[in-house]
Amino acid sequence: MSANGYFGEFGGRYVPEILLPALLQLETAYEQYRQDPCFREELAHYLTTYVGRPTPLYYARRLTEHLGGGKIYLKREDLNHTGSHKLNNSLGQTLLAQKMGKRKIIAETGAGQHGVATATAAALLGCACTIFMGAEDVRRQSLNVFRMKLLGAQVVEVRSGTQTLKDAINEAMRCWAARVRDSHYLIGSVVGPHPYPTMVRDFQSVIGEEVKQQILEKEGKLPDYLIACVGGGSNAMGLFSPFLNEREVKMIGVEAAGQGISTGKHAAPLNVGSKGVLHGALSYILQDEDGQILPAHSLSAGLDYPGVGPEHSYLKDSGRAQYLSITDEEALNAFQMLSRWEGIIPALESAHALAYAIKLAPSLSAEQVLVVNLSGRGDKDVQTVSKLLGGEAGE
Amino acid sequence: MCKRSVNYWGVKPVSRIGQTFQELKAKGEKALIPYVSCGDPSLEFTEQLVLKLSKAGADLLELGIPYSDPVADGPTIQKASQRALAAGVKLEGILRMAASLRGKIQTPLIFMTYFNVIYRYGLKQFVDRSLYAGIDGVIVPDLPPEEAGAFKRLMDEADLDLIFLAAPTSTEDRLQKIASCARGFIYCVSVTGVTGSREKINADLATFIEKVRSHTDLPLAIGFGIANPLMARQVAPLAEGVIVGSSIIERIETNLTLINEQPDVVIEEICAYVTELKKAINFTKESGG
Repeated sequence: MSANGYFGEFGGRYVPEILLPALLQLETAYEQYRQDPCFREELAHYLTTYVGRPTPLYYARRLTEHLGGGKIYLKREDLNHTGSHKLNNSLGQTLLAQKMGKRKIIAETGAGQHGVATATAAALLGCACTIFMGAEDVRRQSLNVFRMKLLGAQVVEVRSGTQTLKDAINEAMRCWAARVRDSHYLIGSVVGPHPYPTMVRDFQSVIGEEVKQQILEKEGKLPDYLIACVGGGSNAMGLFSPFLNEREVKMIGVEAAGQGISTGKHAAPLNVGSKGVLHGALSYILQDEDGQILPAHSLSAGLDYPGVGPEHSYLKDSGRAQYLSITDEEALNAFQMLSRWEGIIPALESAHALAYAIKLAPSLSAEQVLVVNLSGRGDKDVQTVSKLLGGEAGE
Repeated sequence: MCKRSVNYWGVKPVSRIGQTFQELKAKGEKALIPYVSCGDPSLEFTEQLVLKLSKAGADLLELGIPYSDPVADGPTIQKASQRALAAGVKLEGILRMAASLRGKIQTPLIFMTYFNVIYRYGLKQFVDRSLYAGIDGVIVPDLPPEEAGAFKRLMDEADLDLIFLAAPTSTEDRLQKIASCARGFIYCVSVTGVTGSREKINADLATFIEKVRSHTDLPLAIGFGIANPLMARQVAPLAEGVIVGSSIIERIETNLTLINEQPDVVIEEICAYVTELKKAINFTKESGG
């Protein structure tokens, strides 16, 4: 599927020459180690004993009965160490960097989930770690900034551009250009130049592999629907990729519609974006008629990104996956609903996937099965939601 | 060896860029290549500045088309791009300015921008309009040879120079790849990092330039980080050209209020700086060495 780093026409390596040799080196190392039994064993060891895998596939009985219709299963990535799926990738890449002899890690973060996961992996494996975070996000997520510092990472506030995730990636790439000889850039999603979209997908595909096995045990069949939120799209690719050849399994990626697609304040490049190059890959992006990148908007910082992984663009155009969108308000409702009905507070990102499942389930029969990727826990969002609801959790 | 298109007389056409380097070589001079960010702070200012620079010592000129996310650029050019975009500069306006400049000066003009700007506009349309505006070459810092295919073909057909960059991290086989598709000159990145003024020249620069030279007969120009006449003078003997960007833009950044009131004063200051740079890179010649 990814020949020379392309998914159909999407992907590629649109980066300055200075970084190209490092990308080629990374590609070679990744090809070597992904097949190396020792590397796989070491990673599997950490995933089991440190991250806490496999994560449960939980049947949300009360929610299912409340909605009436298809059976809703939740893949509990929120139960991973550090509270989201991000550690699967951070750990894999840090381990790889170590094998490549690179002991310094550079990463970007939006809300801080990937930053915390990377700082954690770096602490575990004894690497130096620098995290770039937009000044706007530093203000919004001060607790995660402290967490990263506690884990020994240096947090660099990014004041260029829109001072959010997009600019944190720009700045991380600039820093990498200056330190490329001894540093590894640890991208947190299936975005960026080849080999990142492929490599991050592979490290996250443990999610889908487990789901496949777990659902067969529980239901004796594959799911009818896989539903995941899509910002850059790593939790969705991780869930989808082991099912790509199972044609009967429908895949739905849920983007953030923010205040509504028609308001222009959204983060839905697959729904209403156009083709372009951002952060080293050709994909769907939010841009104006001159090719300038437009700011994204979402209540959820993890989805607040004007681009998307190139493989998602390919899956959209090929029709293999469908991409829909959920507004801030719908996500907020789903956030409260899961808390009330299942005792699980989901991340606002994951609440987008859940919101779509809540819409879809009543139209399905009781035999049909939906798997929602609960990519992260919502502790980090409680303050935001509390402010929005005026301290009153509604029905 | 570089693959140049051959016209139907069987003669390799020499672009205005190639010709300029040849003429300078005949005179024993190095090329000074200033970079300006179009529309910073207005297109009128940029046009006046470029006109004057062409008479103040600029042998070729790089016209930066601003982009919202310039990953190869340091803070100075980032801010210049933001100022231009905030002022509402559009690609159409820049193309019109380039055409107007071409009607007045013969200096080779080179666009420098990021690939998304070109991709969004349409590769063919961008090449056609650049050709029509009298542009001689294009530099795209995030378009390595591997990704250049379609754009390179269109540029070749239009006989425009697509200028590639070589970096200190480039391996021998990458330099070979770059040299095999380069036209005009090769842009040698003097630092491991992004654009912006540095305090001193990278100690390994001579070795790097030598390595690039072993793969090509094309002129080499050194850019990134050259912050003053002294540094320009130090690097000049290694190559055929010197590119200076950020230190020019710093003179715009610190004079934004003055530009509003008396743009000519600032243009004069920048021209004096460029003249000084031009003298510095040809120091050996002038001193009779």
